[in-house]
Amino acid sequence: MAERLLEVKDLSTQFFTHAGIVKAVNGVSFTLDRNETIGIVGESGSGKTVAALSLMRLIPDPPGKVVEGSLMLGDRNLRTISDDEMRAVRGNDIAMIFQDPMTSLNPVMKIGKQIGEAITLHQDKSKREAWKMAIDLLARVGIPDAPKRVDQYPFEFSGGMRQRAMIAMAISCNPDILIADEPTTALDVTIQAQIIDVVREMQAQFNSGVILITHDLGVIAEIADKVMVMYGGRTVEYGPVDEIFYNAHHPYTWGLLASLPRLDASEKERLTPIKGQPPNLITLPAGCPFTVRCPYRRAECRDTWPELEIVGAEHGVHCWVPEEERQGLRVQLPHFKESVL
Amino acid sequence: MSLLEVRDLKKHFPIRTGVLKRTTGWVYAVDGVSFDVEKGETIGLVGESGGGKSTVGRTVLRLTPATGGSVIFEDIDVMKASHSDLKKLRRDMQIVFQDPYASLNPRMRIRAIVGEALKIHDIGTEAERKTRVSELLETVGLTAEHGERYPHEFSGGQRQRIGIARALALNPKLIILDEPVSALDVSIRAQVLNLLEDLQDEFDLTFMFVSHDLSVVKHISDRVAVMYLGKIVEISDSKVLYDHPQHPYTEALLSAVPIPDPHTERSRRRIVLEGDVPSPANPPKGCVFHPRCPRAQEICTTAMPRLVATPGADAGERHQVACYFPARFTGGQRRVDDAPFKDALPQEQD
Repeated sequence: MAERLLEVKDLSTQFFTHAGIVKAVNGVSFTLDRNETIGIVGESGSGKTVAALSLMRLIPDPPGKVVEGSLMLGDRNLRTISDDEMRAVRGNDIAMIFQDPMTSLNPVMKIGKQIGEAITLHQDKSKREAWKMAIDLLARVGIPDAPKRVDQYPFEFSGGMRQRAMIAMAISCNPDILIADEPTTALDVTIQAQIIDVVREMQAQFNSGVILITHDLGVIAEIADKVMVMYGGRTVEYGPVDEIFYNAHHPYTWGLLASLPRLDASEKERLTPIKGQPPNLITLPAGCPFTVRCPYRRAECRDTWPELEIVGAEHGVHCWVPEEERQGLRVQLPHFKESVL
Repeated sequence: MSLLEVRDLKKHFPIRTGVLKRTTGWVYAVDGVSFDVEKGETIGLVGESGGGKSTVGRTVLRLTPATGGSVIFEDIDVMKASHSDLKKLRRDMQIVFQDPYASLNPRMRIRAIVGEALKIHDIGTEAERKTRVSELLETVGLTAEHGERYPHEFSGGQRQRIGIARALALNPKLIILDEPVSALDVSIRAQVLNLLEDLQDEFDLTFMFVSHDLSVVKHISDRVAVMYLGKIVEISDSKVLYDHPQHPYTEALLSAVPIPDPHTERSRRRIVLEGDVPSPANPPKGCVFHPRCPRAQEICTTAMPRLVATPGADAGERHQVACYFPARFTGGQRRVDDAPFKDALPQEQD
């Protein structure tokens, strides 16, 4: 049995704004085991980043608040432990890397000092030792000429190097869990390939669990073991990566897969977009947030959120369309025609 | 005759330093780029940041003056056109920008934004312009009522539709699309790509599609030019380029794109390029790609190879590559010759 690192149950995070209550995350549950990579996929406003920030207790309060749920890291609930304990969790147990490495590094502090700061804060090391460790870490994430680079400022680093430096900082205290929020979105593809390799190597070395947040299904296909698909603050479907790509059950997941132009497409085919506009998080219906854009919506969809339905091993979906009907619909979709198992 | 002929286009930006703002160096953003665009086709310009693809688009429109070279649009030299000629040219050549938030004036109503070009070019009466704007909004999938609103009331995808309506207002022949879907979510991206394809058919448009996203470029383009550090390193029909890339940079770029299919991903071999793209202010001597190239040899450090067709391969004359050691495909078999490709050697000046 794999070692369970994290168990999130019914997480709900809301922002109380003048315009109304934004239900950014709405009853999200998932687990993470050691050596496992979970991909959280969704479009802007789906709540994937807010879910991660809620875990790190980094939601600005006010206006934001985790209103419900338990976030169990082993036997500690991250929602209820003290601020001091939480500070120790960040970095030691869970570390996070962000999309934009330029704004998440301090521009007037040398790289070595920034990494060293994380080390001296959590470990009993002198500044000199921390500096030495920073050099070692930079070398491990593949930064050439680390002894010289450690003495430089972020502006002297390229985008890919900055992201490597962020990863070095994140792994400095051997965290069990690494949260990567769109780590390669701001990077060019050849650099993205390098960074994905680094994340993989680091995971293998430290046996960590990785939570990868991205809108890029290609990246998900490449490194995730299991996938959670989010829309309008809800998890609409989750499952092992192959199940999500070849045996998806939710119309939104179908829509996402069908709307992608693919590099390996042999013929030029017309894309099938999802109709309509992204949801307004203030005026979400009580039921399924995808209702208005869903081609298969039914009477009950708008007002009642469907219960979780288990459709396979570790594979669950929230959808009112009955299972048999979904099977029939899925095989008609162009994306699944070829790839039906 | 081609609709657009770009010859040896160069755009160098000065680097100014010190109090006196003296020029201490140059950024070679676009450095000797030549290609033709045929009427009705979509040509994709693809590459990583710093490759110069957006600068090509802007220089072709003379939104920024070129340092050298020529751009001929239907027999008129864009670079030398007088002010009044340029105004006429701009009717035929339009642009859609990447950032749908920054490219629409937040204080103007949509009706005014879309109709502005009609007003500047003094087309029609007030009432006629109003009808035309409503028509344009409907063409891009919005409604006439949307015209009374302001940009902040729209989502990213809708704003990009407004940007497209504005570009269509003067019935242009060529539209330069500069990363038009990069800021959009996947589900919305597909809507806008389909819209562009429909508009191209309906209005007989020619597109120059600039993007870093290889999957999107492959989907929309008939021909693709791959740029690296201000140069075109390979250009070909889209399908040929993606199936049989000859330049090592194209190969690496294609292999780096993750494909949304776990089975395919597990069986793929990825070429991971070392290091970063060098600064265009200080491009490498010789072939611009040689410091990162897995195939680089001595000769690659001497001079930039010429962009030429590789004869004897399946690809044909339309497939050109700037490499001394291109991959060649004969009868589906890939091979790389040991001896440098002679045609790519720089020619003596005569």
